[in-house]
Amino acid sequence: MSLLDVVDLRVTFSTPRGPVHAVDGVSFCVASGEVLGIVGESGSGKSVTLRAIPKLLHANAAVTGTVRWRGADLHTMPAEDLRRVRGGQIATVFQEPMSALNPVLPIGLQIDEVLTAHTTLDTAARRRRAVELLGLVGIASPTTRLDQFPHEFSGGMRQRAMIAIALAAAPALLLADEPTTALDVTIQDQILKLLLRLVADLGMSLVLVTHDLGVIAETCDRVAVMYAGRLCETGSVHNVFLRPQHAYTHALLRSMPGEGAARAMLVPIPGQPPRIDRPTAGCAFAPRCSFVEDLCTTTRPPLIDVAPQHRSACYAAARLPVRAA
Amino acid sequence: MKRPPTPLLGGLAILGLMVAFAVAPDVFSPYDPLAFDFSALLAPPSWAHPFGTDQFGRDLLSRSISAAAIDLQIAVFATFFPGTLGALLGLLIGWYGGLADAVIGRLMDLVATFPFLVLVIAIVAILGPGLANMYVAITIVGWVPYARLMRSEAMVQKNGEYVAACKVLGYSTPRILFRHILPNAIRPVLVYAVTAMALAILLGSSLGYLGLGAQPPTAEWGVLIADGKNFFTTAPWIALFPGTVIVIAGLGFSLTGDGLADLLEVKR
Amino acid sequence: MTVMLAIRNLTRRFPARRSLADLLRGRPRQAVHAVEQVSLDVHRGETLGIVGESGCGKSTLARCLVRLHTPDAGSLAFEGADVLALEGPARRAYNRRVQMVFQDPYSSLNPRLTVGETLAEALHVHAIVPKADIPARVRALLDLVHLPHDAAARRPHEFSGGQRQRIGIARALAVEPHLIIADEPVSALDVSVQAAIVNLFMELQDRLGLTLVFITHDLRLVRHMTHRVAVMYLGRIVEVGPTAALFAAPRHPYTQALIRAVPQVKPGRRTTEAAVIGELPSPLEPPPGCAFHPRCPLADATCRRDIPVLEGRGGAWDVACHQA
Repeated sequence: MSLLDVVDLRVTFSTPRGPVHAVDGVSFCVASGEVLGIVGESGSGKSVTLRAIPKLLHANAAVTGTVRWRGADLHTMPAEDLRRVRGGQIATVFQEPMSALNPVLPIGLQIDEVLTAHTTLDTAARRRRAVELLGLVGIASPTTRLDQFPHEFSGGMRQRAMIAIALAAAPALLLADEPTTALDVTIQDQILKLLLRLVADLGMSLVLVTHDLGVIAETCDRVAVMYAGRLCETGSVHNVFLRPQHAYTHALLRSMPGEGAARAMLVPIPGQPPRIDRPTAGCAFAPRCSFVEDLCTTTRPPLIDVAPQHRSACYAAARLPVRAA
Repeated sequence: MKRPPTPLLGGLAILGLMVAFAVAPDVFSPYDPLAFDFSALLAPPSWAHPFGTDQFGRDLLSRSISAAAIDLQIAVFATFFPGTLGALLGLLIGWYGGLADAVIGRLMDLVATFPFLVLVIAIVAILGPGLANMYVAITIVGWVPYARLMRSEAMVQKNGEYVAACKVLGYSTPRILFRHILPNAIRPVLVYAVTAMALAILLGSSLGYLGLGAQPPTAEWGVLIADGKNFFTTAPWIALFPGTVIVIAGLGFSLTGDGLADLLEVKR
Repeated sequence: MTVMLAIRNLTRRFPARRSLADLLRGRPRQAVHAVEQVSLDVHRGETLGIVGESGCGKSTLARCLVRLHTPDAGSLAFEGADVLALEGPARRAYNRRVQMVFQDPYSSLNPRLTVGETLAEALHVHAIVPKADIPARVRALLDLVHLPHDAAARRPHEFSGGQRQRIGIARALAVEPHLIIADEPVSALDVSVQAAIVNLFMELQDRLGLTLVFITHDLRLVRHMTHRVAVMYLGRIVEVGPTAALFAAPRHPYTQALIRAVPQVKPGRRTTEAAVIGELPSPLEPPPGCAFHPRCPLADATCRRDIPVLEGRGGAWDVACHQA
C-alpha cells in the first residue's frame, strides 16, 4: 500500500474575479522511500497541490478530493490528529527559508519547538537531538550554530536549517516546495544531494516540487508533470524523459537547450502560458500543441495507463515522435 | 474588471456642485449676498430663507453659495502652491540624494516640528492679513508632506530598471525626471493633495474665522461661522449651515481623493 | 577576430555600511569587492557568455560596460577609444553603440508609457530617423522582435513576460547598437518561453551582425548559444575560453565543480555526492590568495597565499589557477 494517496484533488480559490481552479482533479500516490517530483511552470498548480496535502492553504481555498495518509483521510480527520501528522509524520520545506524561519528566534529554539510538540524528550535530550540534527544536514560547529539567529546564516545554511527543523520529528514524508530555486547552482547541488542522502539513510519519502527538469532528472524516481492545474503525465523519470507520452512533456523536453547542436535554433513552445482563471473545455495545452486534433479542443483527455506505471492524459500519446536517447 | 467607482462619483458630484456655485453664484442664489434686509434680521430658516438670515438680514443661503468661489480658490491654491513646491523639491532630493537631501531633510524636520496652524498664523501676522499672504504662509509651511511623499516615491522609482534603461539609452536627467519618474511617482502626491483640499478649506476657514484670511464683507465659510459666533445661542443657524457646507465640501474632496487613488493605480 | 571592447583590470567596489559598533571600535570601512581586476576582450560578432553564481560580480561588470556604474580602476576601450572618459554627447554616442537588455521584464519598462511611446522616445532622442518616419520605424522594430503592430498602442501590463522581454529587446535595438549586453535576459521567464527569446537573440545576431555579451547563471544556455565563455568567481574571472572546449574539459577546479553541479536533463545521473563543498565566501572579506581555495580539493599553501593571475594556456584559453 502506498504511503500517500491523493485522489481527484481539486483546489478552487475564490477571488474577486470569480473562482480560480488552481488544481483541477489531480491524482497520484507516493510509496514508502520514494522520491516523487512534481514539475510544471508558474501557474501549473504544482505548489498548491503540495500545500493542499497537509491542508496548508488559506481559507479562501476550497479543497475537494481525498488525501489518504496510511489509509486515513487527512482532510476529514479531527484537527488534533491532523496536527499530529502535520509536522510529525509529514514535514514541509519551503522555497524561501528566510520567510519560513522566525527571524527573532534562535535556530536551536525553532528545532526545540518541533521536538517539544512531537516527542517526549526532556530538555537536555532535545538539545542533544538538535545538535545531532544540525550535524545531519551538514551544518558545521552545530553547538554554536544552535544559538544563532536566521540572519546569521547564509541562504544555503538557512535551507539546511529548515530541513533540520523538518527532520526534527523524524517524518516519514518530506514535502519540499522549490527548496533550491532561490539558491546558487553549487549550493542547490549540495541541498539536493543532502535530501537524497537523507531519503536513503532515514528511509523517508520525498515529494519535490520544482520547475527545473534537470533537478527532476537527477533527483527523482518518479515524476508528475502538471499544466494549468491538471496532471498531464506521470511515470518513472526514465520513461517520462526518454519516452514522453504527453505532447506538453514532449514539447517541454524538446525546448531545452542542449538537445541540438550548438547555436541551433531551439524549439520553443508557441503561444503564451495558460491562464487558469480562464478554464478550457478540452485539453489545456491544446492551444499551444503541435499535435492538436479536434477532440483535444472539445473533450478533456482522461489520465489513462499508456504503459505499465506510466499514465498520460493525451490523445496524441501514440503519435508523439520517439526522442533520441 | 472595475469596481463601480460610486465614492468617486459621489465626490465628483459634490465638487461639481461647488464649481457650479463658484462659476455662476447668481443662478443659484435667491438673494444678493451683500444686500441688507432690515425687515428680516436674524430670521430663522424658512421657505423664504432656507438657511435663515444674519444680523443684517443677509440671506445665508446666498452668502454660502457666493462663498463657494472663494473657498474653492482656497482649496486649490492652498494645495497647488505647496504641492508643486514640495513635489519638485522631493523629486530633486529623492533623485540626487546626498548633501541636498540631508540639508532639505533637516529643513523639513524643522518645519514639521512647529504646530502647523501656529506657524501659519505667525507668518500671516508678520505679512499682514489677506488671502494672498495666507497662500504665501501656507506654501512656506505646507510643502513638507508633499516633499516627503515625493522623495520616498522618487527613491523607489529611481532604482527601477526602467530608469537604468533610460540611462543606458543616454536620456538627459530632466527627461528621466519629468517624463519617466514623475508620472510614476506622482500618484501619492495627487491623492494626498485632493484629500488635503478638504483640510485647506478648514484651514482657510479657521484663518477667516480668526480674521487673518478672507476679509469682510467677502462671504467665506469660515468668516460666516465667525460672524455667527456671537449669536450662537440665539441664532445658531448662522454658524450651523456654513459649518455643514464645509463638512459636505470636505466629504466631496475626501471621496474624490479615495476614488482617485484607485483610478491612478498603475498596472504592472 | 577584431577586438570590439577591451576590458583591462576593471575594478568596482561598493562601500559597505559601517555600523556604529564598527565605527566606535575604529574598524576601517569595508567594501564589497564586486569586480576585481577583470580583463576581457569582446570580439566583433561573437557571443560571449559570462557565467557565475550570485555575488560573482557578473551583473556589476555588465553595468560597468554600459556605464551604469563607474569603475574604481581599470580601463575600458571600445574600438580603441577610451570609454570611461566620455561625457555628454560622446557618452550618448557610446550608448548608441552599446545597449543593454535587462533581467526583469516587469520593472524594466515604464508602465505609464505605451510600447510605441517607449520605442519612439529612443528613436527621437538619438534622431535615428526623421520625425515623420518614427511610426514606420516603430512598426519595423516590432516586426524585428515578432510582435504585432497593434502592440504599439498598448501598455506593458497587457503583455506576458516573454512579450515584455521582446519589447525590452526592441527598445535596445531602436538605437541600432553594435553590441548588446544582456543581463540574465531569460531567467525571469518560464522554461517554455525561454527558448523563444534565446532564438530571437540568435536570429537577431545573424540578421543584424550584432555582438552579444550574454550574462547568466544558466550553464545550459551558455553552452548552447555562446562562442566563448568567461567564468567568474567572487569578482574575478577564473577561466575564459572557447565554449565547446571549455565545457568538454574545464581546467579550473571551480569551473569543473560548476559544470558538475548543473543538473542535466538526463535521467540516470543520480548520486549523493555534491560537486563541491562549502559556501560562497562573503564578497566583503574575500579569502586571501585564490578566492576558491577554501572549497578547492587541490588547494595548497600557494593557493592560500597568492592570488593566481589569469594567463594563457594555448588556444585562446586563459585560466587563473596555481594547480591547473
